[in-house]
Amino acid sequence: MAVAARPPRRLINRIAGRHPVGVAFAAPYMIFLVVIYAYPIILAIYMSFHDYFFAAPGAQVDRPFIGLDNYSTALGDPAFRRALLNVVVFLVINVPLTVGLALVLASALNTALPFRTFFRSSYYLPYVTASVALIGVWLWLFNSDGLVNAIIGEAGPDPTWLVNRFWAMPIIAFFATWKQLGFYVLVYLAALQNVPQELYDAAAVDGAGKLRSFQHVTVPGVRSATTLVIILATIVGANFFTEPYLLTGGGGPNGASISPVLLMYQEGIEQNKPGYAAAIGVILAIGVVVVSLVNRFLLERD
Amino acid sequence: MAETIQADDVVDPLGAEEAEPRADQPELRAPGERWKRVGFLTCLTAGALIFLFPFYYMIVGALQTEPNPDVSGAFPDPSNLTLDNFVDINTALNLPRALLNSGIFTAGVILGTLVIGLLAGYALAQLEFRGRGFVFSAMLIVLIVPFQLLMIPLYVMIVRWYGLADTHLGMILPFAVNATAVFVFRQFFMQIPKDVFDAARIDGASELQILMRVAIPISKPALLTAVLVTFIGPWNEFLWPFLITKETDMQPLAVALANYISNVAARAANPFGAILAGATVLAIPAVVLFLAFQRKFVQAHLGSSVK
Repeated sequence: MAVAARPPRRLINRIAGRHPVGVAFAAPYMIFLVVIYAYPIILAIYMSFHDYFFAAPGAQVDRPFIGLDNYSTALGDPAFRRALLNVVVFLVINVPLTVGLALVLASALNTALPFRTFFRSSYYLPYVTASVALIGVWLWLFNSDGLVNAIIGEAGPDPTWLVNRFWAMPIIAFFATWKQLGFYVLVYLAALQNVPQELYDAAAVDGAGKLRSFQHVTVPGVRSATTLVIILATIVGANFFTEPYLLTGGGGPNGASISPVLLMYQEGIEQNKPGYAAAIGVILAIGVVVVSLVNRFLLERD
Repeated sequence: MAETIQADDVVDPLGAEEAEPRADQPELRAPGERWKRVGFLTCLTAGALIFLFPFYYMIVGALQTEPNPDVSGAFPDPSNLTLDNFVDINTALNLPRALLNSGIFTAGVILGTLVIGLLAGYALAQLEFRGRGFVFSAMLIVLIVPFQLLMIPLYVMIVRWYGLADTHLGMILPFAVNATAVFVFRQFFMQIPKDVFDAARIDGASELQILMRVAIPISKPALLTAVLVTFIGPWNEFLWPFLITKETDMQPLAVALANYISNVAARAANPFGAILAGATVLAIPAVVLFLAFQRKFVQAHLGSSVK
């Protein structure tokens, strides 16, 4: 941006740019990012290497450096392993369902359709509604005397859904898929706007049926959106808390639906081992970053 | 676009819709094509009804005197309808107080987002200053920082260091600026030609005057969008206010209702009636706001996800 014949720039412009006031306008947001994101991340890492615990206000306590102890404890903790396994179970159910349904629904909603607003709103409604409210309904639907068992009768599992070791996690995954799907439909709808109509026309000229053009035009055309959807779903999957806390009564039965964040709450805040909980958080964050990078590499290479 | 759609051997009714031109032309369809269309619309409608059913069932359940979990209970029975469940949840939770807490929490987050977010979005879009690229990158990184990494240190800072447990400020702080809203503001101001602001500069207006008299007055549509995308976050948030509130007087409705579900419900006469009444009250503001501004909501999320 070469600007000719400008008056000689003043010192403040040389330091802060053409509009120094921009620094002042952006400063509150930068302070927010430092206080709420940057500093806590550093603190989490610091805590994870120390025997950190809560003491009475004002008390001078020693919180010794303990190296990787918190990390090795976490990796050897059966509850944490179970929580990680549950994240895997969650993702194995949630990601294929989310990607498949969201892409098909977005494609459908992208065509001329009667009552399109109604359809779009229906699928989006769970996303804007509080988890706590929706869990109230699911508790009623899936309890032992609930509507689901009333409909399928004897075919229901015993013990019933939410207190069944096998079914607790799948129900949580189905709940999360239903709740989040509308958002991912929108991500795909946005991506579909960028797939050129000419590609569909060309595919039609080449004699491709609609299924084939879906396969060969739509799916590759929205590939970067698929990467985004999978990364976001992974982040959500590593973060779920409300579902095991409320829907399966505290990660039950017997810890079968424990999630990493629920474990962090129990260990860090209820059991007063915040250093240990911070280590779990760091492991998870690293895991999410690694999984995201791998996804990106696998999905976006040619 | 006027081409007739060819009948083909596609089986999948959903996939079949994909390559269709966007203009509707039902009368040009072959009979087989019409049946596929009927099947397709039936699937889509069935899916929508499955998605909506829990909402319907929530309201039906909230209005039943005796909880009826049978199939017949899914249809309202006039002799079994009551508003007592709302009275019950109101006495159990102090509903006005919980709604007030939710309202203050949400309003605080919206206020912080509008003030700090608008300033940042305007600066990022229209002002050239040192560090602009850095601020923008920081904003994008924040969108993917998982909350579980921040949860414990934020708890230590806000509850232990600053003593903000059981305060509205403590609830608001971690959410004070919604990153999506900053993005909305930035996108909005990017569309405004720089000349608009330069003209005011040539007229001798100070940067603050330009902000107050030019930027803010034209940004009304972006303000509404920002309010919409921000609202559902704090209104629906459970984990953070749950962590930092022990006093029932300070709990937002989502937390109060969750505590009712996990502690009190076992002792109540018609627990599901009261739970569903509370769930209805919690759901209604977000749902109504969404339905009223459906188009804007969708556009905002479409716009911010394109990046």
